[in-house]
Amino acid sequence: MRQAVVVIILTAASVVIIACGSEDAGSAYLSATANAGEVGGTLEGLPAHAPARFGFGAEASETRIAMWDVDVKPDGEGLPTGSGTVSVGEQVYMVHCVACHGPTGVEGPNDRLVGTEPWEDYPGDRTIGGYWPYATTLYEFISKAMPQLTPGILSPDEIYSVIAYLLYLNEIVPEDAIIDAESLPDIQMPARDRFVVDDRIGGPDLIR
Amino acid sequence: MPHAERPSISRRAWVATTSGVVAAGLIKTQADAVRLIAQEAPAQTTDPTKIPGRLTSELGRRASGEQPRRLAPNPALSSSSRTPLQELMGIITPADLHFERHHAGIPEILADNHELLVHGMVDRPMIFSMDDLKRYPRVSRIHFLECSGNGGAVYRPTNMPTEITVQAMDGLLSTSEWTGVPVSTILREVGVRRGASWILAEGSDAAVMARSIPLDKVMDDALLAFGQNGEAIRPEQGYPVRLFLPGWEGNSQVKWLRRIEVTDRPTMTREETSKYTDPLGDGTARQFSFYMDAKSVITFPSYGYALPDQGWWEIRGLAWSGRGRITGVEVSTDGGQSWVQAALQGPILPKATVRFRHLWEWDGRDALILSRATDETGYVQPTVQQLWEARGDRTSYHFNHQRPWKVASDGVVTFGLGELV
Repeated sequence: MRQAVVVIILTAASVVIIACGSEDAGSAYLSATANAGEVGGTLEGLPAHAPARFGFGAEASETRIAMWDVDVKPDGEGLPTGSGTVSVGEQVYMVHCVACHGPTGVEGPNDRLVGTEPWEDYPGDRTIGGYWPYATTLYEFISKAMPQLTPGILSPDEIYSVIAYLLYLNEIVPEDAIIDAESLPDIQMPARDRFVVDDRIGGPDLIR
Repeated sequence: MPHAERPSISRRAWVATTSGVVAAGLIKTQADAVRLIAQEAPAQTTDPTKIPGRLTSELGRRASGEQPRRLAPNPALSSSSRTPLQELMGIITPADLHFERHHAGIPEILADNHELLVHGMVDRPMIFSMDDLKRYPRVSRIHFLECSGNGGAVYRPTNMPTEITVQAMDGLLSTSEWTGVPVSTILREVGVRRGASWILAEGSDAAVMARSIPLDKVMDDALLAFGQNGEAIRPEQGYPVRLFLPGWEGNSQVKWLRRIEVTDRPTMTREETSKYTDPLGDGTARQFSFYMDAKSVITFPSYGYALPDQGWWEIRGLAWSGRGRITGVEVSTDGGQSWVQAALQGPILPKATVRFRHLWEWDGRDALILSRATDETGYVQPTVQQLWEARGDRTSYHFNHQRPWKVASDGVVTFGLGELV
């Protein structure tokens, strides 16, 4: 009782893959899905007599926004002042990271961080060198979530340094690299152009 | 079918263990044969008509013989637990059985201390207490929530299991009635500036988990959800408030939400770059694959059950689509050679699970039963071969292919995809 393999015939339009260019990932997603025609949406509007504003809630002060606005964007927005080096980063790594990621970033037990093998059909382990498309994501993630048991403990200089060390281990920057808010967004990651934005919109012929 | 003619395994019950692996144990009665026994059923030793019962209480509890449990084999800071789909009825998941997926544990948050900051490309950056949020006009809707990794254990052709429960396979799926305030109401309050096209949603867990979400989706049907099945949302599901994005992959629906930044580009967080992206086997990986495509799974009979006799059995399952309503579920009892329409239990709601049923007269011979769902876009749940063709056999996430179960002549049910590949 073997089931026949159904050959999918993709129309020309359905196989257009929108490249995720350096500044265009956001607009690529939006253009890819602009005609998606959301089906079955359940948005309930406010009644016609609702006021233009309710006024529940308070104005957020600049100080308050700054306290919580902790993300880092691919163009470097959100990166703090400070800088780091490979050698300092190695010291930070050996104190805060080695227990979960291993002596050279490949041993685990948690995620493998280091890998330089080329990605042909599938990526191997999703290492920084093999899979991460943006260097800024390292700051965005480490500053918030690492080390896992003491998140947020590292200073900006320590974070920049451990990033420098990890990028060095992944053969992306030289041993004398200095990583800061200026240099980090400019680093071209090996997997940068491998990502394509989902443009599937449903329908009968769109098993992709 | 006379018992004497059946192999001894047919008189065994299948006992689910916490590892999701099923071990054999003796069946005492025929009724036991079709029940998934998670623990020893207590023996009735008293006549309830002769002894006054217990009194009212402030908090109800389940019957002693009905104790479904999540499957949580590997508790860890970044881990998951799975809903016992094989033991549930209808479409609603009891809140304490809703699946869990968290990236740095479940934070302890007091509602009185929690605030939501909304800022970025807005006219009036604002901060909302939970009391503020709850004063806005509310909506309640029934929607499924599913992790995009659900079903990953039954995708690789080199590692196709036969002994896997529907809980271990697809238990990262739950359905609740969610109550909250549309995010569009809050964005109307702060005034979104021209040119904005994305938001960043960020949680207050120890991962400060964050994801970028297109503004179109947020304005369409996103909720700031603080209610789940009639009560406050559970800590595991994001208490006191989470982002809820109907039909989208679970990880995008940031729990313990403390910040929304309105932006004109994605932030490219770890969870939308190195995680939750889907390698396609051609040297690329798909990013922002938010939608959960149409899917169905038979929950009975499934692995862990054994049918004691041929004859009439009701095949039951769940179907759902992140792109709208389910329009039909077909069931096959011959490995996909022929299909019949299953009955759908209304109401059929968009982006919600639907219970389907098909009355089946089993002739006692080996059978391969499976289901396939169709949604209102016309999308039909694919075979695994179709997904392999499209994405290769080593992709990650979004495994919505058809799931066959093999009912052997001795009544024992095992996962049957290996029979079709």
